[in-house]
Amino acid sequence: MHPVVKLLAQRIALGVLLLLAASVLIFVGTEILPGDVAQSVLGQAATEQALANMRAEMGLDEPAHLRYFDWLGGVLQGDLGVALSNGRDIADAIAVRLSNTLFLAGVAAAIAVPLSILLGLLAVRFRGRWPDNLISGTTLAAISVPEFLLGYIVMYFVGVQLGWFPTVAMINDRMSLLAKLNAVALPAMVLTMVVLAHMMRMTRAAILNVMQSPYIETAELKGLAGLMVIYRHAMPNAIAPIVNVVMINLAYLVVGVVVIEVVFVYPGMGQYLVDHVSKRDVPVVQACGLIFATVYIGLNMVADIVSILANPRLRHPK
Amino acid sequence: MSDTLLDIRDLRIEATVYPPGAAPFDTTIVDDVSLSLEKGRVMGLIGESGAGKSTIGLAAMAYGRGGIRITGGEIWLGGRDLRKLGPRRLRGVRGREVTYVAQSAAAAFNPARRIMDQVIEATLHHGLASRREAEARAVDLFAKLDLPEPETFGRRYPHQVSGGQLQRAMTALALCPRPELVVFDEPTTALDVTTQIDVLAAIKDAIRDTGVAALYITHDLAVIAQVSDEIVVLKDGRVVERGETHQIIEAPREDYTRALVSVRSIEHKEKPPAGEPVLRVDDITARYPGTRFDVLKGIDVELHAGQTLAVVGESGSGKSTLARVITGLLPPRAGGIDFAGRTLAPALRGRDKQDLRELQMIYQMADVAMNPRHTVGTIIGRPLQFYFGLRGRRKAERVQELLDAIELGEGFVDRYPAELSGGQKQRVCIARALAAEPRLIICDEVTSALDPLVADGILRLLLNLQKRENVAYLFITHDIATVRAIADSIAVMYQGEVVRYGPKSEVLSPPFDAYTDLLLASVPEMKLGWLEDVLARRRMESAGH
Repeated sequence: MHPVVKLLAQRIALGVLLLLAASVLIFVGTEILPGDVAQSVLGQAATEQALANMRAEMGLDEPAHLRYFDWLGGVLQGDLGVALSNGRDIADAIAVRLSNTLFLAGVAAAIAVPLSILLGLLAVRFRGRWPDNLISGTTLAAISVPEFLLGYIVMYFVGVQLGWFPTVAMINDRMSLLAKLNAVALPAMVLTMVVLAHMMRMTRAAILNVMQSPYIETAELKGLAGLMVIYRHAMPNAIAPIVNVVMINLAYLVVGVVVIEVVFVYPGMGQYLVDHVSKRDVPVVQACGLIFATVYIGLNMVADIVSILANPRLRHPK
Repeated sequence: MSDTLLDIRDLRIEATVYPPGAAPFDTTIVDDVSLSLEKGRVMGLIGESGAGKSTIGLAAMAYGRGGIRITGGEIWLGGRDLRKLGPRRLRGVRGREVTYVAQSAAAAFNPARRIMDQVIEATLHHGLASRREAEARAVDLFAKLDLPEPETFGRRYPHQVSGGQLQRAMTALALCPRPELVVFDEPTTALDVTTQIDVLAAIKDAIRDTGVAALYITHDLAVIAQVSDEIVVLKDGRVVERGETHQIIEAPREDYTRALVSVRSIEHKEKPPAGEPVLRVDDITARYPGTRFDVLKGIDVELHAGQTLAVVGESGSGKSTLARVITGLLPPRAGGIDFAGRTLAPALRGRDKQDLRELQMIYQMADVAMNPRHTVGTIIGRPLQFYFGLRGRRKAERVQELLDAIELGEGFVDRYPAELSGGQKQRVCIARALAAEPRLIICDEVTSALDPLVADGILRLLLNLQKRENVAYLFITHDIATVRAIADSIAVMYQGEVVRYGPKSEVLSPPFDAYTDLLLASVPEMKLGWLEDVLARRRMESAGH
């Protein structure tokens, strides 16, 4: 077997294991919360008999590990359970919310990733000169402002003063893609500003690190121009660290949008989670937690896989 | 002079220095250098490190490394002054009319791209040929440079070929665009002697066959005598002497050139072994943890007090591993080590303070073997305090004694390693080893990173100290000239085994085993036509078999 295949298989197996561990943590975490679901559904006034009936009906009288495997088995079949607060199927509710969140995160990523890498390249090309300082300065400023404040600033200037985009990002299935893009413009803009600096600075650092290598001098002495040297010779060797930071930021986009979704009243996972946490709707919290964990572990796994594949020594052993 | 290709006039190059804790200042590293090279000729640039050789070589491409600036003079190439060209037109010259072969091809090739792509990149970039033509030319060059499987060689990645092959591929890279001039910057310095000779021959043939002119930069006069038509001797950024190769080698006019030509002329008569050996390595076999083959197989050598055992061989032969076993860093799988009449514990952990004190080490890279944030006084004082409990004034006095012993004198106590030259750093490392008053010092390639003249000084110092302190040296090196200069007995290592062992006079006299013969024959001699002689002899031998 090719050694890379083995490495990749190991890495993927590790990812699955991590995911299982995360599911255990999530289950145990919600398990040790005081009170139980039957109590919260029936309220403080419920009789002992009613509670016992309810627990039996929900299977809560079984031991914890059995309920865990029950839950896990359901999750693997796409059954996330039923929300306690409104009795609706969680999988159905989350599907809409998740696709909304992914849409917003996707729009932000589609702008932020290419932009940050391009800005990183430019900062390297003009390092120490004004374009570098300008890029570094503005992105740093953007990352230093808390994102909710950034959200309100953008909302006020771009949304209210200029009136270019709606300040409330409401979307639904009946809207056209263009209308949807228009609706998420402001939150996507804010998210881009939040993740841009980190990715851009890591790209710059990774490429600058490679630029010290003698093979960069070889390329310059071939008569290649600055950006070409960076693109052809520095980038391929900086891919692993860049992909790593890009994936961390993508994960942040999906997982960390809670604040921005609330600011812009966007019907995504974040708002859904916040709503149900306040209602103590444990199955929904578990489901959201599991989805966030999957996104995080999955994206980091992709980063590692790309790093392995980008290494010629692993791809082409002696 | 219509045949003049490169004409450098009154070249002046400056750089900005950033000393620690002081304001940056400008310094001149090349001053008032003029040289001219005709088409198809090979000019050798020789000098010690810091002489400005590489800087001048790169100036032929109007390129300054790091903060280096060309501040004066003219660089005429093919009828125009490169200093007056704009960046775009300059890029049109680089990689097309002048190309560059770097010292370390292993570092100069991009690890992420295939060799072929890199070899033909300049040719394609300047639009000199189609991809198909360029690849055909590269395959041609691979064959000419004796690379294995030239048809498919380019498909490999740099890490898939050896250092010597990569250095030849770098030459192919430089020759592919059919330049007028190639700058060779120490192309064989990083290679083993037995590899160096093949690469040298390949480069020489390639230069002759393509008719390209070359600037060949090296610190090894014996190497340059084999390839160049004329030689320019540099010191401290100025030209000391220039002339035809035979004149420089056979009748140097300047004192400095004479010193370079006669370097390695230390005479050391071997001492017969007397009394009990201070070190006895008894049938040592060792392998690294997690590997499946022995890097040392049945090593059996002895070393007497006040004598030097030279362990010689190519990289990968197991020389340094032997040092690791003796110092206890790598416990052997079998065999034992007797030291000063007692048996040493196999692992470092089991050895007492006296064992540690009496067995010291000096390394190849003096600058990484010292803490850059410690002063020389602290570095040398540390073993004095650790082993002998010296403090205060008595420690300071002893440090000064040791500094005198290594011929550095006063004013060095408060300096930091960064403020010392390469030779001075190695001297401080010697003083640190001596401070422990050892019976045995293991010297691991201690002169390999130094210029010949500086290395000479270090060897003389080591010999003097040996006479005075009666310390034994286990001297690890790949350099036969160093062995001749310092050894009493010699062990030749090849692939983890000692293939030849005995007193110096015996080991270095015929009849030789095949490997020792190859090793000795590969050491460049300061003689015109040496390369051809060796190659002719090899051809005759292989024809005879």
